[in-house]
Amino acid sequence: MAKGIHMNNIPIEKIAKATPDTVAQHIRGLSDRSIAWIFVAPTIFLLLAVNIFPLIWTIWLSFTNHRVNRPNRDVEWVGLRNYERILSDPDIWNTMQATAHFLIWTIILQVLIGFMLAFLINKKFRGNDLWTTIIVFPMMLSPAVVGNFWTFLYQPQIGLFNYVVAFFTGADPASFSMIGDVHLAPWAIVIADTWMWTPFVMLICLAGLRSIPNSIYEAAECDRASKWRQFWTITIPMVLPFLMLAVLFRGIENFKMFDLVVQLTGGGPGNTTTLTSIDLKREAFEKWRTGYSSAYAVILFVTVFGLASIYVKALNKVKER
Amino acid sequence: MSFSVTEPNKGTKWFAGVLVVGYALITIAPLLWIIATGFKSPADSISYPPKVVFDPTLEGYVNLFTDRTRATADMLEAEGEPQTWYERIVREQGTVIIGPSRYGERFLNSIIIGFGSTALCMVLGTAAAYAFSRFRVPLKDDLLFFILSTRMMPPIAVAIPIFLMFRNLGLNDTHLGMILLYTAVNLSLSVWLLKGFIDEIPVEYEEAALIDGYTRFQAFYKVVLPQAATGIASTAIFCLIFAWNEYAFAVLLTSGTAQTAPPLHPDDHRRGR
Repeated sequence: MAKGIHMNNIPIEKIAKATPDTVAQHIRGLSDRSIAWIFVAPTIFLLLAVNIFPLIWTIWLSFTNHRVNRPNRDVEWVGLRNYERILSDPDIWNTMQATAHFLIWTIILQVLIGFMLAFLINKKFRGNDLWTTIIVFPMMLSPAVVGNFWTFLYQPQIGLFNYVVAFFTGADPASFSMIGDVHLAPWAIVIADTWMWTPFVMLICLAGLRSIPNSIYEAAECDRASKWRQFWTITIPMVLPFLMLAVLFRGIENFKMFDLVVQLTGGGPGNTTTLTSIDLKREAFEKWRTGYSSAYAVILFVTVFGLASIYVKALNKVKER
Repeated sequence: MSFSVTEPNKGTKWFAGVLVVGYALITIAPLLWIIATGFKSPADSISYPPKVVFDPTLEGYVNLFTDRTRATADMLEAEGEPQTWYERIVREQGTVIIGPSRYGERFLNSIIIGFGSTALCMVLGTAAAYAFSRFRVPLKDDLLFFILSTRMMPPIAVAIPIFLMFRNLGLNDTHLGMILLYTAVNLSLSVWLLKGFIDEIPVEYEEAALIDGYTRFQAFYKVVLPQAATGIASTAIFCLIFAWNEYAFAVLLTSGTAQTAPPLHPDDHRRGR
C-alpha cells in the first residue's frame, strides 16, 4: 500500500480480497469501469442524438431536393446543385456582407470599450465591485427581449434613443429612424449588441488583468520603465490571450446571431440587416426549401469551423510566446 | 498605509471611477427606462416628449396577463361595480376581462422547461464530470473535446433535422422535447465546468469512505456531491439563464402548447407594452 495509493489501480480490489467473500461482493458492487460507463453514456448518447445525428442528417439533406412541406414527393439526389445555386446567388453575398459588417464592428467596439472599462475597473477605486455588477446587467437579459425593447427605444419621437441624440445634436428626433433607415439600421443592431455584450468582453479582460502578478510591474518600475512602456510591453501582451478568447466567443456567437436582430429589425429595411441566420431561417422555415437550406447551413457551419480553427491556431501561437 | 509602486494614486482612481460610473449610468439607463415604461399607462408610454415623471399604474401588467374585450356603457353598467383592483384598472379603459391571457401559460412553460432541463442537465452533467474526473475512461480527451465541440455548432444549422426528427418522434411542441434539446445544448458547458469543480475535491475523502465500507455510489452521493454543491449550483444558474432566454429553437420548434415566454414578446411595444 505504501507505494502510492491511487484510486484507479489498487484500493478496492485489495480491500475486497482481504475481506470475506460476501462482504467483498458488497463492497465491489459494480466495477469502476462499468460505473464510469453508466455515468458517461447518457451524456454521450444525448449529444449524439441531438447534435451529431442531426448534423449528419443536414449534410445528407443538402444533397437532395427534399421539401419538408411536401412529404409525399420523391426525394431526389441532386448532387452539388444546391451548393452551386447558393454560391452563385448575389443575395447571399449581400447577406454575408451584412453579417461581416455586424461582426467586425461589434467586435471592434466591444473590444475597445470592454478593455478600457476593465482597465479602469482594475484601478480598484472605491465601490468598483458594485459598479461592475451594474455594468454586467444587460448580459443577463434575454437577447430576444433586448431586441424587442431596443425597437421601442429607437422609435422616432417617442423613443428614448432618438430623444437623447436629438437633445445633444439639436436635430429633430422625428427626423431620423434608426431601424427604418437603410443606412442607419446596420448601426442600430451594432449599438444594441454592443450595449448587451460589452460587459462580457470586460469580464474576460478583467480576469486577464487580475492574473498579471504585481511583481512584474514592480520589476519594471525598478528598471524605470514609463507607465506608457509598461502598458504596451506588460499589460497588453499578457491580456492578449484573454482578449483573443473573448473575441473568439463573441465572433462565434455573433456569426450565429439570430434572436436579437430578428426582434429588433426583423432583417429589414429591405435586406440591410438580414444576417445569415435570419436568411437561413427564412429559407428553411418560411419557404420550406429544406435541401437548399441544408446546404446553406453546411456552408455556414464549415465557415465558422474553418475561421474558428484558424483563429484558435493563432491564439495558441500567442499563448506560447 | 504601506506604499506600493503598483497601487494607483488617488487621482488615477478618481478619474477611473468617474469614467466607469459614467458608463454604468449610460448602460443602465435604457433598462431603467424600460422598467419605468412598464408602469406607465399606454398614453404616457408613447407621449412626446418622453415623460420622466408620470403616474405609475399596473395597467401594462394587467394587460399582459389578461384578455379583454371592449364593452359599451350598458354592458359596463350590467357588470356592476368592479370587484378587484385589476378589474378596476381594466374598467377605466372601458373594457372588461374575459379571461387570462396566454402569457401566464407561456410563463409556466418557461418555468417547466427551464427548470426541467437544468435539473436533467445537472444529473447527467455531474455524473459524466465525476466519471471523467475520477475514472480512467477510454478516449477520455477525445470524448471531452467531442462534448465541447458540440457547443460550437450554430443552432440554426441543426434546426432543420431536429425539427424533422422531433416531428417523427412526436416531440414537436412538447415539454419533453424542449427539455431534451436544451439539456443537450447545455451539457457541454456543464460537463466542463463541473469537471473543474470535482477535480478540486481531494480524492482522499472518497478513499477514506471506501475503506470505511461505502460503495462507489455511496461515496459519490454522500461524499462528493455535498462538496461539489456550490459548483453545481453556479453551473445550474448558467444553464437556467440559457434555457430561460433561448429564443431561436423556441420559435422554430414550439407553437402552442410548449411555447416559452420569449417568443411571445413581439409587438408588445407597439401596443405600448
